Amino acid sequence: MEKILDTKYTYTEKKDTRSGFGDGFLEVGKKNKNVVGLCADLIGSLKMGAFQNEFPDRFFQVGISEANMMGLAAGLTIGGKIPYTGTFANFSTGRVYDQIRQSIAYSEKNVKICASHAGLTLGEDGATHQILEDVGMMKMLPNMTVINPCDYNQTKAATIAIADHEGPVYLRFGRPKWPIFTPADQPFEIGKAWKMIEGTDVTIFATGHLVWEAVVAEAMLREEGISVELINIHTIKPLDTAAVLASVAKTGCAVTAEEHQFNGGLGDIIAQTLVRNQPVPQEFIGVDDSFGESGKPEELLEKYGLNAENIVKAAKKAIARK
Amino acid sequence: MEKHSTEQLNAVCSQVRRDILRMVHACQSGHPGASLGCTEFFVALYFDQMKHDSSFNPDGKGEDLFFLSNGHISPVWYSVLSRSGYFDTEELKTFRKINSRLQGHPATEEGLPGIRVASGSLGQGLSVAIGAALAKKINGDDRLVYALMGDGEQQEGQIWEAAMCAPHHKVDNLIASIDVNGQQIDGPTKEIMNLLDLKAKWEAFGWEVIVTENGNEIAQVIKSLEKAKSLLGNGKPVLNLLHTDMGYGVDFMVGTHKWHGVAPNDEQLENALGQLEETLGDY
Repeated sequence: MEKILDTKYTYTEKKDTRSGFGDGFLEVGKKNKNVVGLCADLIGSLKMGAFQNEFPDRFFQVGISEANMMGLAAGLTIGGKIPYTGTFANFSTGRVYDQIRQSIAYSEKNVKICASHAGLTLGEDGATHQILEDVGMMKMLPNMTVINPCDYNQTKAATIAIADHEGPVYLRFGRPKWPIFTPADQPFEIGKAWKMIEGTDVTIFATGHLVWEAVVAEAMLREEGISVELINIHTIKPLDTAAVLASVAKTGCAVTAEEHQFNGGLGDIIAQTLVRNQPVPQEFIGVDDSFGESGKPEELLEKYGLNAENIVKAAKKAIARK
Repeated sequence: MEKHSTEQLNAVCSQVRRDILRMVHACQSGHPGASLGCTEFFVALYFDQMKHDSSFNPDGKGEDLFFLSNGHISPVWYSVLSRSGYFDTEELKTFRKINSRLQGHPATEEGLPGIRVASGSLGQGLSVAIGAALAKKINGDDRLVYALMGDGEQQEGQIWEAAMCAPHHKVDNLIASIDVNGQQIDGPTKEIMNLLDLKAKWEAFGWEVIVTENGNEIAQVIKSLEKAKSLLGNGKPVLNLLHTDMGYGVDFMVGTHKWHGVAPNDEQLENALGQLEETLGDY
């Protein structure tokens, strides 16, 4: 469907965001000799093999022991290393929350927690692995920066950028092949929202894979004469509050779109920002207090109400509530 | 560093024990039992064994590093850090009080010199120590990393993840000790969750294991740590089973879990201080 639509961003290739991480990881490893890697038996899934081959002395396979991996990473920062840990998002957060809380976040350690296979689009593995609470857990932690890039290019750019940011970072990406619709040479500024499309009737704040769904939704809404402003929130924490408020001051309503629970996600922090500063109607696209299940990514996005059609409906509802 | 005699080190231990008791008494909270039990170990590390710099560089390059995994015994660490010059002993007065750098459990956020990672939630410190030891290897830094855990803490799963990891990665610049006092909050470890043969367990995980039969005799603690150092550099980390008595140095506190996390009252403090000579001057 998106091929026929006149989207403002287009793609010729699909690639997984985890490959953007793997390629960015190798590149940042070449640029910065303090970057080191750790992986809990998922080197292939996380695409960390190229870095491991290039820098075997700076890479540690730790086996299936995620708690230990987080501690090791915290320790490696003492001595100036910049550790990137790699495992699935579920095992990067919920399984090791206390290790991250005490040894990394509270201890202000310069660890980059790199989390793949986040959200429903993990697909067939089902709910045990489809974490939808990770952004909430990570953004609650003081000192933690939370980044959820939208495609291969943005994930690669983010992976490189976080090495220069002093402090713990949660970098969330995913498994499926996804449209590459942002430029390869994009600058990546942590904490700076990217206004992808200017508009006047409604603002869509989207993060991760759902930025593409929002690009499609914008084209669908434009065909109906609705002017959408689309903002790519790659950094959920710290939120670019000024960009959020400036946009809703113009459009007067908001839709948030994320592959996460309503509870604790991007929608929550946008709502909090709006309520405190400038209340306007807001609609939420996300998972409504349920676990996921096995299926194909696109089937799951449809069933759980996270695709472009749902964003279109939410935008119309937000506008009607103005 | 000038070598101290056994007599001088014992004098430091006596003062550290006074500090521990006065600190927990002043805030009526904290963990005196294992703090008293581990006093000789801390004094041996900071006054004899480790190459360290009290001007404190968090990265610790070119220095030996120490990590406390069982963070609740912070009183002994704070006392020893201040007595070895990391901060003024007067600051011990602020232990566990509002706006203090001396948090109930060690933390980095307030910037207390000597602390490199927070601890308190058990089971995490050995992993951090292994990470720091790996960083030293990458940096070509030949100084050592020390860690201390509790025996009750051996019940945490992460300890065994770390135990498996260090020999696999040939972390042979690490000396980890376990404070074997046989006690935990709810009672003797044998009753709460029996640890069985720790020596056999750690050996089976690939560590060089040594035993310090009396961890409250400072000459023996030093001898053990010297032996541990001699075993390093051969592809294996060293584990030191440090047998201590919880509450050592105060007759009514010794050998029981009851003083794990209880502060003495005025009368008990007076009694306890009467058993410990003031050697370096109370803060």
